[in-house]
Amino acid sequence: MKDESPYLIELQGMTKTFPGVLANDAVDLKIKPGEVHALLGENGAGKSTLVKMIYGILKPDSGTILYNGKHVEIDTPAHARDLGIAMVFQHFSLFDSLSVVENISLGLNKAVDLKKLAEEITEVSERYGLPLDPYRHVYTLSVGERQRIEIIRCLLLEPKLLVMDEPTSVLTPQEVKKLFLTLNRLAEEGLAILYISHKLDEIKELCHHATILRLGKRVGTVNIDEESTSSLAMMMMGEELEKIERQQTISAGEVRLKVDNLTLPAMDSTGISLNNIDLEVRAGEVVGIAGVAGNGQDELLKALNGEESCPKNSCIIIENQHAGKLRPNARRRAGLASVPEKRLGHGAIPDMDLVDNAFMTGFQRMGLLAKGLINYPKTRTFARKVISDFAVKTSGARGVPAKSLSGGNLQKFIIGRELTQQPEILIVSQPTWGVDAGATQTIRQSLRELAAQGAAVLVISQDLDELMEMSDRIGAICGGRLSLFYPTPEMTVEKVGLLMAGVSLEEGELNVA
Amino acid sequence: MWPRLVQRQIPSRAMVYLSPVLALFLSLLAGVVLFIIMGVSPLAALHAFFIEPLSTSYGIAELGVKATPLILIGVALSLGFKAGVWNIGAEGQLIMGGLCGGAVALYFYGHDGFHIIPLMFLAGISGGCAWAAIVAFLRVRFNANEILTSLMLSYVAGLFLNLMVHGPLKDPDGFNFPESRQFSDSALLPILFEGTRVHIGAIIALLAVGLGWIILSRTLLGYQIKVAGSAPAACEHAGFSSSKIIWTTLLLGGGMAGLAGTIEVSGPIGQLLPNISPGYGFTAIIVAYVGRLHPLGVLFAGLLLALTYLGGETAQILLNLPVAVTGVFQGLLLFFLLACDVLINYRIQFGQPALAVEKN
Repeated sequence: MKDESPYLIELQGMTKTFPGVLANDAVDLKIKPGEVHALLGENGAGKSTLVKMIYGILKPDSGTILYNGKHVEIDTPAHARDLGIAMVFQHFSLFDSLSVVENISLGLNKAVDLKKLAEEITEVSERYGLPLDPYRHVYTLSVGERQRIEIIRCLLLEPKLLVMDEPTSVLTPQEVKKLFLTLNRLAEEGLAILYISHKLDEIKELCHHATILRLGKRVGTVNIDEESTSSLAMMMMGEELEKIERQQTISAGEVRLKVDNLTLPAMDSTGISLNNIDLEVRAGEVVGIAGVAGNGQDELLKALNGEESCPKNSCIIIENQHAGKLRPNARRRAGLASVPEKRLGHGAIPDMDLVDNAFMTGFQRMGLLAKGLINYPKTRTFARKVISDFAVKTSGARGVPAKSLSGGNLQKFIIGRELTQQPEILIVSQPTWGVDAGATQTIRQSLRELAAQGAAVLVISQDLDELMEMSDRIGAICGGRLSLFYPTPEMTVEKVGLLMAGVSLEEGELNVA
Repeated sequence: MWPRLVQRQIPSRAMVYLSPVLALFLSLLAGVVLFIIMGVSPLAALHAFFIEPLSTSYGIAELGVKATPLILIGVALSLGFKAGVWNIGAEGQLIMGGLCGGAVALYFYGHDGFHIIPLMFLAGISGGCAWAAIVAFLRVRFNANEILTSLMLSYVAGLFLNLMVHGPLKDPDGFNFPESRQFSDSALLPILFEGTRVHIGAIIALLAVGLGWIILSRTLLGYQIKVAGSAPAACEHAGFSSSKIIWTTLLLGGGMAGLAGTIEVSGPIGQLLPNISPGYGFTAIIVAYVGRLHPLGVLFAGLLLALTYLGGETAQILLNLPVAVTGVFQGLLLFFLLACDVLINYRIQFGQPALAVEKN
């Protein structure tokens, strides 16, 4: 036991298993006072599990925590707060109808003089550049202002370590800048900050060190100044990608889907605007779009499949036909099918059975509608064909709600539903997200086969392995802008990492040279 | 240890159907307590309320008369509620429909012809649709909450009807009473059974149940309605326009309520009065929910709620109970129903929870 430890908190060999998953496998993490330390990893890499153990929400199976050099066991969030550990969650817990000061007083667990507390809030908010009127009601505040309440609530406890769980996922770029100024000032005053994110550019801008997790294991701890965004991306996503054998299409056919200078403003404050998107997908090829989550993938999919209408009809051209203003079903008739990232509630209706879910996007091309009436016998046959052709494990089609299927089986059903309709163009977002290995293989293979039959396939994915394995050409989306596309054989993970960070390859090479 | 509510793995299908029965039982129980407080024998009161009205054939016929508007509106509202469109202003749409249908009847005062009643129906449906169209427009164009707009428009409609029967539509020979003329015979609905007030509106209500059932279970529109209410994002993905669904369901609800209004003024009432509905449009909301938003369920729920109207009248006559008892009963039923519906997704657990949350 040494009191002179330079570290505020040291985690050693933290391990946590959930049924069937090793969420954290002997993870180490050390943070000094005044350091902004990034915890970096893809979705499901184990970031949240680790943080929950630090904050006393989860109990580790094994591993030790040294705090100021002393061995501690953090068993409740209250204990964590007593030690000086505060956490800002991704989702806020605020009462809309109460004022800022009332909300903060509720979190303090003791009776306080509201007037005095309001003064303290004003003082803290001025000192750290977090402008906030203590008497405003929460429902009148923006998301960024609401987050300030949570931060001030933490700061009033005078913490030593501040944990922030993906704080920028709900903020606009301007709000992000303000937040970073505050965090920098806090760090200068000696506060240690553990910053959880998968957004590389933010981490590069804000953090001093980063610990990278991948599949529950610590890949490494690095000094941010010595790393580039692409090297960070490589560590985050893994390097063993080069060996994968690619089935290359020899020659691509005519252009089936063309996007011409598409610009679409964000629908709401947390959405991403699409900027000058140019894209061509040809018959027989698979085109991959890489990118970190939340960079406009969802918006792009919706603009392509017609859920969001485009400003100009000529922005999107399906089979030489202007389609920018066509509704989804008109685009389906023209040959474009799509599979959204979110399965339950977007790609499928959770509470309705598989027959109804087969009808959902299949009624046009499969002719399941006769004079306004649903042809249920034909729909059932279609649903059963999808289930048997794509080996969907279910007790049947009728009366089985979509939400009772496992993620992989539901995805096989959804992709099968679209493939059975033999579309000329298929756009798939995150085809194998959370899908088990067997189903993943089936899905990738069937998408390749569709391309081999002459369809144009566009795959939007965060899984670089997947894109390197499947696609003929690859590009990336970053902040609503699409990079140029390059033949996959010429690409390396590092190069794709540059594209994902919004750097064009030409610039990147100049930097290296 | 207090009993706790624990979320069910899958929603209970049994509770979907048991919940209205349980709610009815609890409302009766609460009614008994209410009658004891009011110093009335609960047995006599319940008898007056639920048995007496059904003891004569005339009473049973009256049940059909009261159930007709409730079922007509209830079927249409349940389609809207299924789509997540909360039209609670059917009362106003009913009034506007009654007013428009009644105006046509008064226009043809003293005339004969089989075209009069169809024209009245058409006018009534249009009036109800027009009133609901305001709600739909405000919702689609400005995203104004349809709960507020439809409710507020109900009061406007009530006042407008008042204005009309106090003014232009007032009976010229009516001693200045705020009432219209009695409609001519050709503007009155044919009676189905001699000696009762049951009119062909009852058949229209049964047709509406059948039609509603077909729409919901077999048509693309019904499918769109179900998807819109169950998963809005999936609805967009399937390419169904949400504004179209809002317009359709609101116009459907407004049209049916308008038809019900015309049926009321040309059936049991026979003229325009300042008050043409004892809150049928609001009670139909309860009918839709007690009927589980299913047309066939609405049929039974409509009969049940019609009975509360009749029972309220009987209790008023036999036991001197205030007329508000009807409203109290209807309110209790909805209140208990909503409470019991919790048990569809949750179950009651006694004693200690089996597992601590997220800690092992």
